Amino acid sequence: MRWRRLNLAIGTGIVMVVIVTALVSYAWTPFDPQRISAGERLLGVGVNGHVLGTDQFGRDVLSQIMVGSQTALFVGLLAVGIAVVIGIPIGGIAAARRGWTEDIVMRISDVVYAFPPVLLAILLVAAVSPGVGPAMVAIGIAYVPIVARVTRAAALSVFELDYVAAARTYGRGRTYIFVRHVLPNIASVLIVQITVLFALAILAEAALSFLGIGAQPPRPSWGRSLRDAQTFIQLSPRLAVWPGLAIAFTVLGFNLLGDGLRDALDPRLEVRRT
Amino acid sequence: MTLLSVENLFVSTSSGLPLVQDVTFDIARGDRVGLIGESGSGKTLIALSIMGLLADGLSTSGRIVLDGEDLCGKSDRALTVHRGNSMSMIFQEPMTAMNAVMRVGRQVAEPLRIHRDLSAQEADLKATELLAAVGIDEPESRARAYPHELSGGQRQRAMIAMALACGPSLVIADEPTTALDVTVQAQVLKVLRSRLLASDAALLLITHDLPVVAGITEELLVIDRGRIVDRGPTRGVFDEPHHPYTKRLVDAVPPMSRSGVVPRKQAVAGSEDVIITARDVSRTYSLRRRRFRQPTPTIRAVDGVDLDIRRGETFGIVGESGSGKTTLARLLIGLNRPDSGSIEVDGIDLVATRDLRPLRHLAQMVFQDPMGSLDPRLRVGEIIAEPLRSLKIGGDHRARVRELVDAVSLPSDSVDRYPHEFSGGQRQRIAIARALAPEPRILVADEPVSALDMSVQTVTLDLLARLKDEFDLTMIFISHDLSVVHRICDRVIVMESGRVVERGVADEVFRSPTQSYTRQLVSSIPRLDGTFPD
Repeated sequence: MRWRRLNLAIGTGIVMVVIVTALVSYAWTPFDPQRISAGERLLGVGVNGHVLGTDQFGRDVLSQIMVGSQTALFVGLLAVGIAVVIGIPIGGIAAARRGWTEDIVMRISDVVYAFPPVLLAILLVAAVSPGVGPAMVAIGIAYVPIVARVTRAAALSVFELDYVAAARTYGRGRTYIFVRHVLPNIASVLIVQITVLFALAILAEAALSFLGIGAQPPRPSWGRSLRDAQTFIQLSPRLAVWPGLAIAFTVLGFNLLGDGLRDALDPRLEVRRT
Repeated sequence: MTLLSVENLFVSTSSGLPLVQDVTFDIARGDRVGLIGESGSGKTLIALSIMGLLADGLSTSGRIVLDGEDLCGKSDRALTVHRGNSMSMIFQEPMTAMNAVMRVGRQVAEPLRIHRDLSAQEADLKATELLAAVGIDEPESRARAYPHELSGGQRQRAMIAMALACGPSLVIADEPTTALDVTVQAQVLKVLRSRLLASDAALLLITHDLPVVAGITEELLVIDRGRIVDRGPTRGVFDEPHHPYTKRLVDAVPPMSRSGVVPRKQAVAGSEDVIITARDVSRTYSLRRRRFRQPTPTIRAVDGVDLDIRRGETFGIVGESGSGKTTLARLLIGLNRPDSGSIEVDGIDLVATRDLRPLRHLAQMVFQDPMGSLDPRLRVGEIIAEPLRSLKIGGDHRARVRELVDAVSLPSDSVDRYPHEFSGGQRQRIAIARALAPEPRILVADEPVSALDMSVQTVTLDLLARLKDEFDLTMIFISHDLSVVHRICDRVIVMESGRVVERGVADEVFRSPTQSYTRQLVSSIPRLDGTFPD
């Protein structure tokens, strides 16, 4: 029990740090993250006031990582937002209507699910243009089936409950029942799934930017920092360490938050507490 | 000679809330003792304490001595020597108490393989014998089956076989027949009793159902809020209950479950005016196909039912699980549509009419499971007001909700609380209040009291009867429990496999049933006088 609370506390803490960093970086960073300084290339940790040193162009690494958190959160919000906005209604319709509607909706979602998200992103980027926006729209679409499946599975069991039958006896339609009675009761499952997808989206963005089809300059991105650092990995390996750590730290934070929420929102534990 | 001795047993939560207080009793070798009390009284906790199976976070103190050995404070590992060996347990729900992916024979023989070091072949052989001994037909093939392939009664027999496999000196049975139909219950109780008599095992039978203990135990312990409040020989306690709590429990037993003699009831209510007519109604469900390219198997849940329900009467639908009574109720209230036949409710044709809104004003339903029929995320006030808002009924909703809360005798501060803060009986009242909100003419009650304790059943039935008069309702009352139906219904139909096998005035049907199925139902009811059903 105590361990579970620890998960939630650490997860919330890390996520808060990331959010605060992103907000602060809009107003202030130690140095201008884009400022190139030929004389300060590849400085070590703490030299000349550069807390995490500088990169091959003499840019401040800490400032870049701080600004990179903006991209990380943006991609998470965009991809998960798309997945939720499309996925929940689809899953809800499948669970509410059953029959052939469910078959068609879920089989289409199976087909989408069969595409690797990164491949889908490459396809869309090739068709539109490289950049975080199109890449994350693709990732979001790739996550729609995940959200739809979770929603449908959870909603199916709630739709069998008597309070749904009761709502039908007093004349409520399926849409109202889904929004008012089913959704609040499956929210805990969805919230957990969403935090995990958030972490996955951040990873996906890093991977795509590493491949050069995600964030384009001048937009800062941890994934692209890793790609740049790759060239100098022999000369200065720490350049790869910092963005890598930032990604790992953030993903860990969201995963812990998801785990912690799953336990905190578990209805069985809720019953035991009352 | 004393087999089990429980001395000053206390069980409390980590926050110090006492759940079992100062419980002391002895069970002699071969004795059969009943432990009765309402849900939440702590009777299951006592059983789990003896078995050493209490959940983490509960602390115990006191002494539990089995055969001269103090089990209290023993490590889990030390207790495994006893569990399934010298003491064993039969659980309430045989579906969840058995491993779904393990063959029944293997499970029954598992205690033998653990404690008696039998080989797999020897254990299988023994399992077949054990299954045969509890009256399971074709024990060889049933031993190879998985739990879901057995009926509820067979599963519970297999549980009995498993519990008795190692020849334990103590068997604890926690509500062993509560999940079963009445005819199956009678068979299982008979098997349990005969197997116990054949061995020399002592029994601790835990139940809220007084007639169940009457036929099987000699001694009785009555527990109320964690304390033993009454004890004595079973016959004596039931014939002349002294303690007020025991008296209340005994008084709550419906007349039909007391002596089995069906008393004559007052005149049948209801006018000649028919409010619901159903003609040749059928509803079929398709099951999952076993193999590709085979026709989809179907089950006729309701099969050619005719009925007329008169305005103002209480109409009973009786049958065992799977007889189609709930499906029929859902058809009558328009939750599902029949495949064939016609249903007319107060002039509304339920088959032809697309928009059933008028019916929603007219007919409402109360469901079996008081936990599942209320949205846990809404406050009670919102729950009761839902039908008013949904059906766009005008007026002051808050005032109306208060009236309804009052009518079902709930405290007036209930409206701001959530369903989980209420007991099962109170939750059922909330459901009744919600059903009455749109002032329906018809109330369909589907097993409204089956999930409740007997004393709460009585109160809830009285409430329903009172509200029926107050709100001028026609009530359709569905139950597997004949004694409850007999108590409240004017006319009944008896259903078996989707068909109506008998119909008539409740009193006559139960007093002189013409069909063998109805006779079997009536004779299977366990009775407080301990006469054991055949």
